[in-house]
Amino acid sequence: MTTETRIGSGGHSASRAHVKAAGWGKGLSILTRITVMALRHPWQSALAIGATFIASGFQLMIPQLLGRAIDEAQGIGAGGSAGAVAQDALLVTALLLLGASILRGLFTMVQNYYSEAVGHHIGYELRLACYEKIQRLSFSFHDSVHSGDLITIGLLDLEGVRMYFSTALVRMIFLSVLIGLGAYLLLSTDVVLGLLALSFVPFVGWRSSVTQLRLRATWLDLQERLQVLTRVMEENLGGIRVVRAFAAQDHELEKFDAASRSALELAHQRVGIRVANTSAMTLSFFAAMGLVLFVGGGKVMAGEITVGTLASFLTFMTILQMPVRQLGLMVNAFARASTCGARLFGLLDLDVAVKDEPNAAPLHLGEGTLRFENVGFAYPASPENPVLEGVSFEAKRGETIGIVGPPGSGKSTIAHLIPRFYDVTAGRITLDGQDIRSVTLKSLRRSVVVVQQDSFLFTTTIENNIAYGDPWAKEVQIARASESAQLHNYVLGLPASYGTVVGERGVSLSGGQRQRLSIARAVMLKPAVMVFDDSTAAIDAATEQRIRYAMRRYASERVTIIVAHRLSSLMHADRILFVEDGRIVEQGTHAELLAENGRYRALYDLQVRPGDDALTG
Amino acid sequence: MAEELETERADVRDDGRRPPRAVVGSHRIEEEIFGKVFDKNIIARIWEFVRPYRKQVALAVVAVLVFTAMQLAIPLIIRYAIDHGMQPGGSRTALLYAILAFGFAILINFAASYAQETLVGNVAEDVLFDIRRAMFSHLQYVSLSFMDKTEVGRLMSRLQGDVNSMQEFLETSVLSVGDITLLIGIVVVMLYLDFGLGLLTLSALPVLFIVRIFWLPRARKSFMAAHETNSVASGALAEAIHGVRAVQGMDRQSVNFNLFDDKATANLKTHLTAARFAQVMVPIVDSLTGVAMALVIVVGGARVLNQALDVGVMVAFLFYIQRFFDPIRSLTLQYSVMQRAMASGQRLTDVLDVRIDIKDKPDAKVLSSDMDGSVEFRDVVFGYNPKHPVLKHVSFKVNPGETVALVGPTGSGKSSCMSLIHRFYEVQQGAVLVGGHDVRDLTQDSLGRQIAMVLQEPFLFTGTVLENIRYHKTDATRDEVIAAAKTVGAHDFILRMPDGYDSILGQRGGNLSLGQRQLISFARALVADAKILVLDEATANIDSYTEMLIQKALVKLLEGRTGLVIAHRLATIREADRIIVLQNGELIESGNHGELMRNEKLYSKLYNLNYASFDDIPDEVVEEAAHHGAT
Repeated sequence: MTTETRIGSGGHSASRAHVKAAGWGKGLSILTRITVMALRHPWQSALAIGATFIASGFQLMIPQLLGRAIDEAQGIGAGGSAGAVAQDALLVTALLLLGASILRGLFTMVQNYYSEAVGHHIGYELRLACYEKIQRLSFSFHDSVHSGDLITIGLLDLEGVRMYFSTALVRMIFLSVLIGLGAYLLLSTDVVLGLLALSFVPFVGWRSSVTQLRLRATWLDLQERLQVLTRVMEENLGGIRVVRAFAAQDHELEKFDAASRSALELAHQRVGIRVANTSAMTLSFFAAMGLVLFVGGGKVMAGEITVGTLASFLTFMTILQMPVRQLGLMVNAFARASTCGARLFGLLDLDVAVKDEPNAAPLHLGEGTLRFENVGFAYPASPENPVLEGVSFEAKRGETIGIVGPPGSGKSTIAHLIPRFYDVTAGRITLDGQDIRSVTLKSLRRSVVVVQQDSFLFTTTIENNIAYGDPWAKEVQIARASESAQLHNYVLGLPASYGTVVGERGVSLSGGQRQRLSIARAVMLKPAVMVFDDSTAAIDAATEQRIRYAMRRYASERVTIIVAHRLSSLMHADRILFVEDGRIVEQGTHAELLAENGRYRALYDLQVRPGDDALTG
Repeated sequence: MAEELETERADVRDDGRRPPRAVVGSHRIEEEIFGKVFDKNIIARIWEFVRPYRKQVALAVVAVLVFTAMQLAIPLIIRYAIDHGMQPGGSRTALLYAILAFGFAILINFAASYAQETLVGNVAEDVLFDIRRAMFSHLQYVSLSFMDKTEVGRLMSRLQGDVNSMQEFLETSVLSVGDITLLIGIVVVMLYLDFGLGLLTLSALPVLFIVRIFWLPRARKSFMAAHETNSVASGALAEAIHGVRAVQGMDRQSVNFNLFDDKATANLKTHLTAARFAQVMVPIVDSLTGVAMALVIVVGGARVLNQALDVGVMVAFLFYIQRFFDPIRSLTLQYSVMQRAMASGQRLTDVLDVRIDIKDKPDAKVLSSDMDGSVEFRDVVFGYNPKHPVLKHVSFKVNPGETVALVGPTGSGKSSCMSLIHRFYEVQQGAVLVGGHDVRDLTQDSLGRQIAMVLQEPFLFTGTVLENIRYHKTDATRDEVIAAAKTVGAHDFILRMPDGYDSILGQRGGNLSLGQRQLISFARALVADAKILVLDEATANIDSYTEMLIQKALVKLLEGRTGLVIAHRLATIREADRIIVLQNGELIESGNHGELMRNEKLYSKLYNLNYASFDDIPDEVVEEAAHHGAT
């Protein structure tokens, strides 16, 4: 089975242009899989495919009927030239033609509608599956994959798969019936003329396929160049102060021009590819028509065929022209579905690394003791470089543990292991004696809440953001949590107070305000283990102290773990662990560690320089 | 017991009710998509961009007309071949002439279609890129107050979406010329071939026209709804991807899935409705085609039988009928394109018309690099909104080589001072002098060269470390860059990066820590080698190890330069030669640390509160201190 991280190895989207259809066998199995998804909507698929056959049948009747009408108008055919009979014959043909036209229209509508409907249903199912998968895949996966790539899979690749049924499969059936039946009818009428009439089909079909595939390749290339251009513009506008400060407008315009020129060049090239081929295809079609006219004209004069037959040949050709020219689109749709499908199904088929064991039971909380027993951890991407080794400690309810260490020492990793964002690779972590891997994730994550370093704001109101983990919460609960996190007064000052929309498209909050919001979010949940993962770095010491004070009354009911690099955040802890290179190298209370005169002491001296008493406050 | 309660916490209840506070994805506020169909002013503005290509456009229009003429001619040639070459008594030569004419027509057709598509395609691309460049270069000089007010995302959608709809507009407008000519041509030729039959057949046209007029607004509404639900669902997916860590941490997966299902279902439904609207036109057009053909067969056929009409004319009619509805179909679609283009054009001209407030005077002087490096504020009054001044009669002078710390609570006007030195904005009263010259008398370019600026949130560009450090001085040698990096203490971590100085930085330096980015921006300022350094110290907490490097680097950076620092750290403030304390836009005291402490005004009060930085101090505390300070 594919491991989670595998998909990330493709790197960012630059590699997309070079993705080739992954071999015929693989491509075929992907297309089969999409086809099976389509057939799970049996009625709609049947209607789409059935209507396709009928519509192309009526389509083919029209040239025949036109030919017949022309002959009848000249007195050739069933009624001979006898006036009234011939008139009646014309009326019958006209009515048949009208009927055929209407039915062709109706069945084409059914064909198009249902083939699109099947596509939309597949799209819907895949969208849900994709969403669910992305939500469940664990942190190690998300660490290894560029979020832009996931969005591309979830939007563009999904679109490629969705379009498969209508633009590839049904179109192929339509074309096969139309060309096959049409060829049969033409050839059975007149072999030479039939061959001439169909002579443009292979050339146009081939050119159109080649062109579409080339256009697709250059399109991907163009997207990349446009992305560079976008980046140049975005960075320029975002960093406009830097640009102005350095008076670098000319330099920026040069960058813009370089990116713009390279994209424009390719855009021109694409126009060239497209035009050369469409013109050639038109020419070959008309050349074939000219031949049919010439040879057919001769045959009419020789009395071998009637004018009506010749006209029906010519009409056939006009009817065939459009679908044949679109053959390339169909080929392209197949190619697109198979590459897009490979990526999309690659994602959907991933195994979730962190998941419930088959017989996982809900966590049973008793006295609330958290234990690390000889825990080791290495990221899946580099198993040979352990981030943590032999970490053991115990925290009882009501205790606060501080974890400190230089950047990259592994202190944040400890925080991430407790709610199983990652699974330990050695040793075990227990809560009240239960290995956290043996309990359900749901129950674990409702008991262990991490206030994360990077506080993500959802684009919704402040109250909904605070109530993110408990969306049934009452207003009072939200206000209370927000008070503990020292956010309440700030929120009341906002235009719509708790109803103010924040996030990407709302009011922007400062780093400290965001962190306070995510603390409020965690407080709402009254967890048994609360972990602060360097989540007060942007909050000033005084406010932090007030938060700590406000939370004191809950602290006795839970284990609190504080990971931080600012000593004032954690020196009040019952125990402080100093982590370096993935190991606990010193532990004890603030006073004990200072007395030890080791690394903790050195860090303390670094932070609290002589005379700088602000940090000790 | 607590456990059961918690399990119920987030989930959808049995009765299917969704949690009241749970939402996924946000509703995007869409902009006006359609404008007037035709707006003279906008067309005139667009024409400015097309004008350089007017020869190509004229040629393209000619090519379109020729192409259309050939489309009209082909059925006529077929008619000639039938009536003169294939009828009893017809001659072989007539057929041969017809074939020659046909061959000639298709070659011209080939040339015309080639010319038309190439010209239109290329000109549309050129104009698109030209408009984009005009906007982009305009944005480089518009006042920062405009940039402050406008989100980057909004500008990007001008530079991309709106510009693209202009391209679409240009392409279709040339093609519309072809469609209109084809329509008129078919009508004329049919009436010419046989007036009565022509009139009869053409009666189907207005029917389609009327149907389209009723259909279009409804159909468009359904297409818009589909588009809308699509972007909502996509937004929700993007949110799930970006916020996945918060989602999992808060165990919101099940709730979110249900909510997303609602959005995906809405998306499915609106798409099915839109598909119904799109497809319902198919049988209508086909039926009308059928009616027209049946009329030709019954009426025309009878006349052919009576020898009143050549059979070739009947054939030609049948050919025209099959092409007949295409122009109407595409013309009605182009109607929407036009409307979209007018709305986009309006937004584009809005951007292009933003005034450039700050320009070099015609006789602006170049600030020479041997100026003394002094900075002076003389009775400066300034406000982003002139009615609400942020700086009120502020005067101070920074002597060459001096380091001055600007201190004051949030909103006191520190950042505005910084922007004014650079002439990002224009003062309302008073003057800002650099090197003894009013900044308004200097060229902006030379001013920028003498002032290096380090922003609080260091902004790095995608590119190598090397390129970033020599951002301003692109001709700086590698050695100069390395020397600068060593001076600020960035050399070691740069070397530890995979490709050293040639390592590519992610978007906005994403693969570096804040402290590291800060150091690189220090090196960048050092390479710029300006006389004056303006620096906004980072407020965010940086780990102590990097912090130490930064403090050391700062000392190096300020060596031999005039420094104006918006200081947040007490350590930096204390070491400054002079401290200027601002509050509510007024300079309330200045002096060195010792002097200010003796002064016992705001500074000493705030200092004695023992906050890590002055920005952290809650407003009410500042108010109180100010009050005490004043008394």
